[in-house]
Amino acid sequence: MFNKLFLAKPVTPGKVYGAPGAGYSGFISLTTAVVLIALWFLVTSMGWIKPIFLPSPFAVYNKFIEAWTEGVANSTLLQHTMTSLGRVMGAFFLALVTAVPIGVLMGVNRLVRGVFDPIIEFYRPLPPLAYLPLVIIWFGIGEFPKVFLIYLAIFAPMAIAARAGVKSVSIEQIHAAYAMGASSRQIISHVILKAALPEIFTGMRIGIGVGWTTLVAAEMVASSRGLGFMVLNAAQYLASDTVIMGILVIGFFALIFDLLLRHLEKVLIPWKGKV
Amino acid sequence: MTAPMGSLSVRGVNVTYPALQHGGSVVALKDVNLEINPGDFVVALGASGCGKTTLLNLLAGFLSPTQGKLLLNGQPITGPGSDRGVVFQKHALLPWLNVMENTEFGLKLQGVDKSRRRTIAARNLELVGLKDFHHHMIYQLSGGMQQRVGIARALTCDPAMLLMDEPMAALDALTRETIQELLLDVWQHTHKMFFFITHSVEEALFLGSRLIVMSPRPGRITNTYELDFNKRFLETRDARAIKSSADFIKMRETILGIIYGDERAAGQPEIMHV
Repeated sequence: MFNKLFLAKPVTPGKVYGAPGAGYSGFISLTTAVVLIALWFLVTSMGWIKPIFLPSPFAVYNKFIEAWTEGVANSTLLQHTMTSLGRVMGAFFLALVTAVPIGVLMGVNRLVRGVFDPIIEFYRPLPPLAYLPLVIIWFGIGEFPKVFLIYLAIFAPMAIAARAGVKSVSIEQIHAAYAMGASSRQIISHVILKAALPEIFTGMRIGIGVGWTTLVAAEMVASSRGLGFMVLNAAQYLASDTVIMGILVIGFFALIFDLLLRHLEKVLIPWKGKV
Repeated sequence: MTAPMGSLSVRGVNVTYPALQHGGSVVALKDVNLEINPGDFVVALGASGCGKTTLLNLLAGFLSPTQGKLLLNGQPITGPGSDRGVVFQKHALLPWLNVMENTEFGLKLQGVDKSRRRTIAARNLELVGLKDFHHHMIYQLSGGMQQRVGIARALTCDPAMLLMDEPMAALDALTRETIQELLLDVWQHTHKMFFFITHSVEEALFLGSRLIVMSPRPGRITNTYELDFNKRFLETRDARAIKSSADFIKMRETILGIIYGDERAAGQPEIMHV
């Protein structure tokens, strides 16, 4: 039955024979979203699924209004959101100012690469939940260990991206700069760092995504505020409407930040993918 | 133009690379001697593996010889420097800078103030026919225009010598002929030393005032010819007439014979046990 979707069609006049999967898929994605939401309305309004497993969209919306005005778990939604935003953004900027220089240095310096490579490669695949207890034992239950956990999760992909970015400079570009009298320091700042920018931006996008993913883990222990805490707290009372509302809010901010970075990338790195 | 004038000598140069297998070594260049004077347009031609690019890397200072000496102005070449500009096969321009910024890049690195470096860069861009493209980004240009920027950029530091490693290999035939003529104009205008690598016999004959033919295994200079086709072009401006003249064709066949002989002899391993 899927034959039609995958079948290569004969060339229509004026069209070039394309690669498989070519063409715009935005409308299909929009349809998927609309169908899923419609299904959500359908199964809840028909009572096919109990509200404790899947509350209706109206219940989630009401919960959102309630959380916004009166608050849930002792804080308003705005307070939860600002707390979590502060943690994720704090960790993100901390990672940005440390991971990018270290990643670039790993690309251009044998010693730095030798020192950091085993550390990053060892902890990178570990789930943050696995080293969360250690972070708490070491740094206690204040604000720092929460930011630090998110920071660790963001650091690895950003450093790896910056290091990979260094490799995207061609030897001809470096030779050309040397033949114009550049010093090694100028080669790094004027050529290698600029050439690495597209990859660094990709690392930032991956990093901010990972940051939101790690948020709930960071707010698991000894939190009294935050979107992750709000979701976990609600789960203990089987308040599925708050859980879903929290997930949607987290998803919304993750999406906004990704779109923002994508836009910045287009403005700041117009040459990406063109040379 | 006030160019730092001088000559370049390559004396008894050998380059040996360690081989990847068998623990032996590859002789990339063997006993190469070459004198280049101001105003010389030296073209190196030869089958792949003959050491053309190795020789260029030596002149640029990207590589040190195993034996022998390279002198520029009587001073040994110890590394790359702004007295030798390089134009690459792939343009090697910086895509985050526009045409003007790419051209003035070398002077910016040297701390030359903005108005002065803009003046120099603008003059070189005009020389290569890109007067109206200062603000274009590199990816908005055709391959031929990118190579023009590469030439303008290499000239901006006012080097004594311009080194070109097959700069036209990736261009289509028509663009190639235009850039060839442009190069001869730049050569006549600047009177610098040019060292140019190519695979194309016709290009080599048309451009060079001296042609060195190189052979592989081991890489060495086997024949040297003094040529005047480039001067004939600068007088007559008729490239087609020169390239179809009897002496040009005769010369072309002679040199093709040498190179085809090398290509046929290929196929033996390049490893020499030392």
